[in-house]
Amino acid sequence: LGLALYAGSLCPVGGATFLYHDYCVIGAGPAGLQAAYFLQQAGRDYIVFERSHAPGSFFALYPRHRKLISINKQYTGKSNSEFNLRHDWNSLLSHDRRLLFRRYSRDFFPNADTMVRYLEEFASLLKLRVQYNTAIIHVTLEKNERAWNGHYFLLTDQDRKNYKCSSLLVAAGTWVPNVVNFPGSEYVEGYETVSINPEDFAGQTVLILGRGNSAFETAENILGVTNFIHMVSRSRVRLSWATHYVGDLRAINNGLLDTYQLKSLDGLLEGDLEDLAIIKDKKGKLHITLRFYLENRNISAGIDSITLPQDELDNFATRAPYDRVIRCLGWKFDFSIYNRSLRMMPGKGNIKKYPQIKPSYESRGTQGLFVLGTASHSVDFRKSAGGFIHGFRYTTRAVHRLLENRHHGVPWPSTVYPITQLTNSIIKRVNEASGLYQMFSVLADIILLRENATAFEYLEEYPIGVLAELEMQTGRKARNALFVIIMEYGRNFSGADKDVFYYNRAVGEAQHAWQSNFLHPVIYYYKRLPTEREMRLLHPDWPLPRPDAIHHIVEDFLTDWTAPNAHILPLRRFLENCLCTDLRNFFAESCFLFAFTHQKLPPSCQQGYVRMQGLVGSQELRHHAVQAGLLQDYTHTDFSGDRPPDSHDGSQGIPVRPLQHLVNAKDE
Amino acid sequence: MSAQKDRRVSSLVFLLFCAYSIPRSGSASLQQEPSPQHYFSGLEAGSTSLAFFTPTVSPGAQPFLEQIESSAEALQDYGISVVKVNCPKEDVSRYCGKENALRKAFLFRGIRLIREFPTDALFDVNSIVANVLFALLFNEVKYIETLADLENIENVLKGKSNMVFAYVPATGTAEHRAVMEAAFVYGTIHQFVLTTEAALLKATSHDDPDVSSAWLLFCHCQQATDPAQPCRRTALAQPLTLLNIHRHLKLMGAPLVTEVAEDPEKISTVHLQLGLPLVFILSQQETYEADRRTAEFVAWQLLGKAGVALLSRDLVDLNVLHRSNVALKTPDEGMPIQYLVLEDTDEVITLVEDKNKVKQIQEDEQEEEEDEDEKENNNQDIQDDQVVEAVSRDKKRELPLEHILVLTEENFHSSLSEAARTVVLFYASWEAVSLAVLRSYSEVAAHLKGALGVLLSRVNCWDWPGLCSQENVTQFPTMRIYKEGQQSVTYGGMWATEELSSFILLSQFSCPLKLATMDEAEGYLRGEFPPELSSHHHTSLLGVFSTATSEAREAFEEAGNILSGHVRMGMYFEDDALALSQKYSVSPPALLLARSGGRSVEGIALSKHRVQDMVQMIRYELLDIFPEITVPNLPQYLQLGKPFLILFSAGDISQMESKEMLKLAKGRSQQAFVACWLNLKKTPVGHGILRTYFSSTPPLPVLLWVNLHAGGQVFKFPSEQSITEMNILSWLEKLQAGLEIPSSTLSEEDWKPPLPAYDFFQMMEPSVPEPSPHSGDSPVQHPPKTPGGDTARGDTATREKPSQESTAEKVGSPGRGLRGTAPRLAARDKQGKRHSEL
Repeated sequence: LGLALYAGSLCPVGGATFLYHDYCVIGAGPAGLQAAYFLQQAGRDYIVFERSHAPGSFFALYPRHRKLISINKQYTGKSNSEFNLRHDWNSLLSHDRRLLFRRYSRDFFPNADTMVRYLEEFASLLKLRVQYNTAIIHVTLEKNERAWNGHYFLLTDQDRKNYKCSSLLVAAGTWVPNVVNFPGSEYVEGYETVSINPEDFAGQTVLILGRGNSAFETAENILGVTNFIHMVSRSRVRLSWATHYVGDLRAINNGLLDTYQLKSLDGLLEGDLEDLAIIKDKKGKLHITLRFYLENRNISAGIDSITLPQDELDNFATRAPYDRVIRCLGWKFDFSIYNRSLRMMPGKGNIKKYPQIKPSYESRGTQGLFVLGTASHSVDFRKSAGGFIHGFRYTTRAVHRLLENRHHGVPWPSTVYPITQLTNSIIKRVNEASGLYQMFSVLADIILLRENATAFEYLEEYPIGVLAELEMQTGRKARNALFVIIMEYGRNFSGADKDVFYYNRAVGEAQHAWQSNFLHPVIYYYKRLPTEREMRLLHPDWPLPRPDAIHHIVEDFLTDWTAPNAHILPLRRFLENCLCTDLRNFFAESCFLFAFTHQKLPPSCQQGYVRMQGLVGSQELRHHAVQAGLLQDYTHTDFSGDRPPDSHDGSQGIPVRPLQHLVNAKDE
Repeated sequence: MSAQKDRRVSSLVFLLFCAYSIPRSGSASLQQEPSPQHYFSGLEAGSTSLAFFTPTVSPGAQPFLEQIESSAEALQDYGISVVKVNCPKEDVSRYCGKENALRKAFLFRGIRLIREFPTDALFDVNSIVANVLFALLFNEVKYIETLADLENIENVLKGKSNMVFAYVPATGTAEHRAVMEAAFVYGTIHQFVLTTEAALLKATSHDDPDVSSAWLLFCHCQQATDPAQPCRRTALAQPLTLLNIHRHLKLMGAPLVTEVAEDPEKISTVHLQLGLPLVFILSQQETYEADRRTAEFVAWQLLGKAGVALLSRDLVDLNVLHRSNVALKTPDEGMPIQYLVLEDTDEVITLVEDKNKVKQIQEDEQEEEEDEDEKENNNQDIQDDQVVEAVSRDKKRELPLEHILVLTEENFHSSLSEAARTVVLFYASWEAVSLAVLRSYSEVAAHLKGALGVLLSRVNCWDWPGLCSQENVTQFPTMRIYKEGQQSVTYGGMWATEELSSFILLSQFSCPLKLATMDEAEGYLRGEFPPELSSHHHTSLLGVFSTATSEAREAFEEAGNILSGHVRMGMYFEDDALALSQKYSVSPPALLLARSGGRSVEGIALSKHRVQDMVQMIRYELLDIFPEITVPNLPQYLQLGKPFLILFSAGDISQMESKEMLKLAKGRSQQAFVACWLNLKKTPVGHGILRTYFSSTPPLPVLLWVNLHAGGQVFKFPSEQSITEMNILSWLEKLQAGLEIPSSTLSEEDWKPPLPAYDFFQMMEPSVPEPSPHSGDSPVQHPPKTPGGDTARGDTATREKPSQESTAEKVGSPGRGLRGTAPRLAARDKQGKRHSEL
């Protein structure tokens, strides 16, 4: 392979020596290893840089209390490996069945050490090329017209060794702890260093800053031994089962809500941390006050002169002094290593901890720089699962496919089917696909219809944010109409302040499917690919522009969308009406009749029977079809030719409507 | 019966008055009596008269006079004469003398005064007739004021006679008159009860009644046996007019269920005469009791809307589907009886009510299209895919799959390497076609059980998607035969037991099969070698090659790979190959074609050496010259793209026909068309074809020319001519010359969606964002958001609709399953089922 020539080649540039690779991946966490796996499978020249001596260094430290909150389901009652990934949030994607997380842990919420071990084995078993103990401390660009993107990426590690790459995949995660500075913040302990031994908190009163899973996990750990715990944060608590967002507070960590709401023991407070101030009294107790009071005080005066809120408002909520204040405010992306020329900018508002990227996961500032993993969560923050292993394993694969097309001329993988398989291929995917399920409303299956709608091409898990660029990004032609298949929750169903257990929350009737609240498949039909402008003008509640037709498959209690009448039949009618054709299956006998009575045949006869692959069906089945009035039984009819021509044919037993559709031959 | 509604009505009115009105004597008008003495002396004992006394013309009584004069005619119908008695000035008797008596009217029977009416109670004809009859029918019509009164009367009547209960907002109204007039006729048959108390109306009707409109109930007390239960009631749904009450009472008087034992076309009942439909419940002896109950149940539901008859199929020879269970006869003349297969009594009721609705709409001269749309929409959720429906009806039957090995990701490769040949059916357990094929496959397994050393197995791709994609299975179902776990051949034929078996059988042997000796080759042509295939009656194909012709032989071998499993192919290239081929007057390379067990062997020289050409040639040569067309073999002949000359025969064709047709097929025009025949006994669907071409099956055999591929015309060979080569050829010439008229033309229709889809866009309209009309410069458009308001509005608007629907449907009758048919609970129940309630 020509690629091997590049690998390890040294490029002397301006005195410094560069080790060149087509792809550089920063970080050997789950996303970095996942990217490495796809690059390796495709036979690409790549290298992964990891600052630690082993993969997954974040998991070596976090979560501090070692319990992962990503589920590891051992049993689903199904053997379908793709389906089972829907309830396996820890495994990375690979062809090797040994590398399923459930082989590493039997715990529903596994220990973080297991994740570290799993990542190590993933890297070693698949022989991924990871360079450990290499911390990239600087990234800059080198203009070069021949480079893939008009520039090379120059990387420098802690030993001043230099590397050069055509494409840079940043899978560095978000690991820089968020810190808030306010007077007295020096008394605050960080989540990253705070003791995890509950004994250390015995008989103490604790204030926790933050309201995420790390804050609640910390509280959960010491809940039993403290006097009480208060938690302060600007935002309200959001429960993930109410918001459908796995990044919100998970039920496994919410023991404090119990003691707060039941016995007013512990408590939650809303307030801006920026306004806070902490002062330590002589006994070492920590008092909460407001920055406002500190600014007004006489600097020379002692601690006693500082006004406390309770001096004016004697029932001030946090008037009791605390023994400890713990900061659990989460992490942010490390922007510091990127040269200004890369324009790695933080996002705006609540996504400022993530770098700005496009829906294709490419940096807004630099072509050829892709952000993977947790750091790429700005695309679907607080919506889908792109910030978590079970989500970004799919977005990483999508990025890899985009790169394969862009740099290696390998179009997005697709399968071409005859149109008779249209309903089936959709039903198959919505029932088993994990990528669609985890990355709901972000990744979509695309069906590109071929001319005359006799065949179609099926593309899996394409990022819908770049739907308009589909032809360019995938190398597939979208000249005709297309279907986009995604999964959605009901629009007004979930939210922090919504009662998600209200009566009649679930719909059972197919014709009310559009009111489905739980995750269910939605199919968008476009007569032509939406334009970039349409994508820009997107309604904020909608993942896609207004389609020409839309179909919801009604939510299902078992997420099993294979019911012939409730799921498949309405879907078939929708597809039929979009394509203006008849997608029913017919027994060979019906096709035989049509062949002699119609000049055109329905697709299932055309593509099956006429090609000598008709469905003859067993005696019982044909009997059932006759009983259902969908097939005429001619065996018992008398055929005496002397029957008067005007004898009532209606009484010959074809009053049932559907049959008329089958044999409406002559009168038309 | 006339089909015209108005004629029906007029005849009804005629009937009513012929039967019940008392013959009028002379012209009905006001009688004038000169004096009271004169009047009283003339009164007959039995006659009834309404009299008023006028001294001179008093101006105040003038309007009353006009009304009373005009009511004279109406009252005459009831044998009541209206008399104006002139009071002489000097008369001071009881009636003439007092001033206030002059403002009254007096009702006499004979000379007995029954009632005196103040003139202000007689303000118009209606009030006069109503009040007079009310007074006369004092015993027949009970006036009540409380619910207790009603219950008392009901209890007294139970088991004896029926009751007609009427509420009128006030006495003297048109409705009151109608009730009284009806009571005059029916008063001796039913007990009439009248009230003007709104409280009683509320107590007797279901929902919030309108107290300003009248209301009539027929209470079936005669059959009521339980003293604790109130009598069954049937309300009159139409406005209270004499005609409607009469109709209603007629219908109530008719037997609940009529038993019928003759041709339903000839049946006529009160209902049909009154313009209502008649529902037949088709019954059999075995289910008579249940049917009777069903019929009664339906009859109660339909009382006043349609008649119900129980038709015994054992007594009447009906020419309808055996599973039909309901028939509907409409009063319209010329409309055939509809025979239906219904599953629920609700369906019967809806059927009748829809009929009435449609009729009403037609009468109102409105467009009925909407209704039809609605009807179609209702069918949207009814399965119209014959394969899916058949499979789901069969799903409870357990398949005999014990001879079929279940393969998984774990054992797939090991199992394949163990057996010499493994047949694998890849399918999806949720997919209908897959399941249909699985049924045939299980039959194959039972058929081949244990024989052959072929392992039959299956892979459910719903369980093992990785395995299926690894094996490159993209469509369900797919059948493959793996040889030693390595090479595989994919099946490409009909999904039928016989064809699958034949494929598996043939796949045991290499294709082409190398034959080592002349004996083997001869045996092969006779179908005796290899012995395992002796039961297999297909055409055998033998390639004969001299040792030198390796190019043709390789192509033949390659073609064998392609046709493997589908064609029985042998190959002989020993030294004496020349001798073998010369037996059949060809020289190698050549093909020997042995049809029907080697009785005729045909030799064909091999000229083309390209694999594709050879495959095509082999396929072509395998076709029969004059084949019997069957469902499985038609596609092979369709591919030729030629018109069909097809002989439809009731059974086997006669030798003469066969000979003539064969001559024709072999003749010069062989290239131009496919000559074939169809055995209606073996391929009964042929009846369907004939019925489409001609309205009924023509005398058989019938010879047709069908232009399947161009134009679609169907020509019928004249039945008076005998089927001989000469006749057919000259007929064909006429056809070509355009001298014959086609009997039929194949439908050119496109295969459109059978029914519309749910229009979710329309349903969700309030919450769908409109495509932004603004130009593209602006960034993402946020709609003006009032906190919570925007979404809430969409929410309530959209949520209300289904709930209204569901309440409307709840009101409908409870319904019972019809005998012998499983009620389709899920499909019928239109209320949104929500699993959180379970």
